[in-house]
Amino acid sequence: MLRDYLPVLLQIIVAVGFAASALIVSVLLGKAGRRTPIKDSPYECGMVPIGEAQPRFSVRFYLIAMLFILFDLEIVFMYPWAVVYRDMIHGHPVVFWSMLSFVSMLMIGYVYALRKGVLDWRN
Amino acid sequence: MNPTTFFIFTTLLKIVGIVFVVILPMVSYAVYAERKVSALIQDRLGPNRVGPAGLFQPIADAMKFLLKEDFTPAHVNKFYYWLAPCLAMVPAITTIAVVPFGSTLFGVPMVIADINVGVLFVFAIASLGVYGIVIGGWASNSKYPFLGGVRSTSQMISYELSLGLAVIPIFLLIGNLRLTEVVQYQIDHGWMIVPFAGDWRNPLAWLLAIPMWISFAVFAIAVFAETNRLPFDLPEAETELVGGYHTEYSSMKFALFFLGEYAAMITGSAIIVTLFLGGWHFPGIPDGSHGWIFGLINIFVFFAKIVVLLFIFIWVRFTLPRFRYDQLMRLGWVFFFEIALVNIFCVAAILAFHAPPFPKHGLQADESDHGIPGGKMGPAVA
Repeated sequence: MLRDYLPVLLQIIVAVGFAASALIVSVLLGKAGRRTPIKDSPYECGMVPIGEAQPRFSVRFYLIAMLFILFDLEIVFMYPWAVVYRDMIHGHPVVFWSMLSFVSMLMIGYVYALRKGVLDWRN
Repeated sequence: MNPTTFFIFTTLLKIVGIVFVVILPMVSYAVYAERKVSALIQDRLGPNRVGPAGLFQPIADAMKFLLKEDFTPAHVNKFYYWLAPCLAMVPAITTIAVVPFGSTLFGVPMVIADINVGVLFVFAIASLGVYGIVIGGWASNSKYPFLGGVRSTSQMISYELSLGLAVIPIFLLIGNLRLTEVVQYQIDHGWMIVPFAGDWRNPLAWLLAIPMWISFAVFAIAVFAETNRLPFDLPEAETELVGGYHTEYSSMKFALFFLGEYAAMITGSAIIVTLFLGGWHFPGIPDGSHGWIFGLINIFVFFAKIVVLLFIFIWVRFTLPRFRYDQLMRLGWVFFFEIALVNIFCVAAILAFHAPPFPKHGLQADESDHGIPGGKMGPAVA
């Protein structure tokens, strides 16, 4: 079991090692230039920056993140069901109906969120 | 050589081969191909100065990335600013570990890690890619990267839903999350986009083709959105956000973002090929147990399929205009989400009438010993 994951660990080490060494080589080889206040300022198409660097943003991004957590969990529940489905469906139609009712219940929340205008970006 | 040493040695060989011999050159030449194909589509010449037909352009680009000044602006959050490019690249390269890129070569299975959670691992790791972009956008302390970061967070998580839902019909059919089993099933019963191939006279198998095609379309389009490619490239929409989340990046750190994006494209194509297009299988070509030459051909077939998909990625980019943000969200949350859910229950209903329980693949496969040439795993490792 653990042995199956050893290659994954090795792969991560290789990937991280590559990223780190690429950055280090670039630091060593890259020619250091002068620092000027203009060069150090945030890029805004040549204008002098106005206001905060991280302005307020629409609450809808936050709502979408919350909906994501809800429905992503739903999907996670569907995987084990999908894996055993074909073995169990013959003689046990409840396998089908139980998942259908579970999803229908979630759909009530989904319809509610849509009606409340989570995806309405106009106002 | 004892089995454990042999196992680690072949694994390292596969990792180095895949990452440095296949993925990285493929990434650099995907950039070159992108410039050449866009030139072809827009009736230009494209890069043609470095080497014959500009073929050495990627090498020149890599040298340039290495030699440019490594500049960290004063206003950024230093630690996260350096962390973000690595976070953007590492998941894309790690995901490829579970994808079977060939049958066997000299008896060694051509998959780096044959783990039983296969596709869950892919989603778990691939979704980490969003952190690189968000942290990059936030740490830059600048308006354009910030907006790009915020946009991409919600875009990537939204399309992850469609991605996750679109593959469930496949696992209803196969009953196993292991990707080598997915490929094996497709060899025995026809590719996922032609589920009737092994069973020509069964009308239900033909009926199954419709939801499979819907799955394929939803999954492929969601991959476009996950990799921030046009028509879904709002996180880095040049005309409104300059460079999006990587506006403040330069030199090798910028290159790592770029590399991550293209590596994610290649990984995404690899997943599409594995799940829907039969992986390394091609009708009439036997697997690697019939001789090492077939093993090599299998690997070649797999990457040829990826190259075709990459070409479609590029083709789409220079054909379709960009979505508006609300259209993008509506497409993901309303259209794809609903169609993918209905699709799952269609497949489930078809399977209730069709499809006897698994004859040879199935849950038992998890107990068998995959990927280890020396037979059973030694007690020391287990």
